[in-house]
Amino acid sequence: MLETVLFLIFAAICVGGAINLLAQKHPISSALSLIVVMGSLAMVYLLLGAEFVAAVQIIIYAGAIMVLFVFVIMLLNAGEEERSATGSRVAMVLGVPGLLAAAVTTGWVLTRHGPASTPVVLGEFHGSAHAIGRLLFHEFLLPFEVTSVLILVAIMGAVVLARRGE
Amino acid sequence: MAEITTLHYLVVAAALFLTGVIGVLTRRNVIIILMSIELILNAVNLNLVAFSRLYNLHGQVFAIFIIADAAAEAAIALGILIAFFRNKETVNMDEVDLLKW
Repeated sequence: MLETVLFLIFAAICVGGAINLLAQKHPISSALSLIVVMGSLAMVYLLLGAEFVAAVQIIIYAGAIMVLFVFVIMLLNAGEEERSATGSRVAMVLGVPGLLAAAVTTGWVLTRHGPASTPVVLGEFHGSAHAIGRLLFHEFLLPFEVTSVLILVAIMGAVVLARRGE
Repeated sequence: MAEITTLHYLVVAAALFLTGVIGVLTRRNVIIILMSIELILNAVNLNLVAFSRLYNLHGQVFAIFIIADAAAEAAIALGILIAFFRNKETVNMDEVDLLKW
């Protein structure tokens, strides 16, 4: 009962924030609603029992990445985007049947019974920092180290790109 | 009230993914397109974490790798955006045509 209510609340905030991201005109408003999406996604991860991923989601996404976005928006002083008065015809021709197909597929999938229709029990935490760290440093040691090289390359790339050309 | 199953989480992830794809396809502001890409990556993460409940913890480890990738991607993309803004003074996607011959 409680998990149903919590799931509905946070899923609604999540999807609503995502739609609001697209509906807003100013990039700052979009960035703020993206932060709302990240925060409620972290709560959804907690409902799934993934406590470490939830913490990382808050720290990296809502913290680091969104600060980067907001900083660049402020730096570029990007205003509201001008939109064409009439909607794109391709969007109308492809979008309405696409959304209908997505809704029908969702309804069809929800009525099936497969391995994914086991109920989610609240309070079963599997993804502790201990378990994740053991996996990261034993089975996934090589990908972990390669990821650190990737981050290093990204840092150097960002510095080179943002430097003023001589 | 009905029980919440893994499928419900997958449906939320599908909605997030769809919203992200619509944003990439319809908006003109590069910053908002990048934020829509972040939405798509988050939908993938939600799928991985939801499935890791059914099988084993590998899904959550992959989600952490994807978060690290998203951080690298955001840094590079915003660096490119700053370099581009210095040249063209715009953030509109349809004016990005420097490679067009």
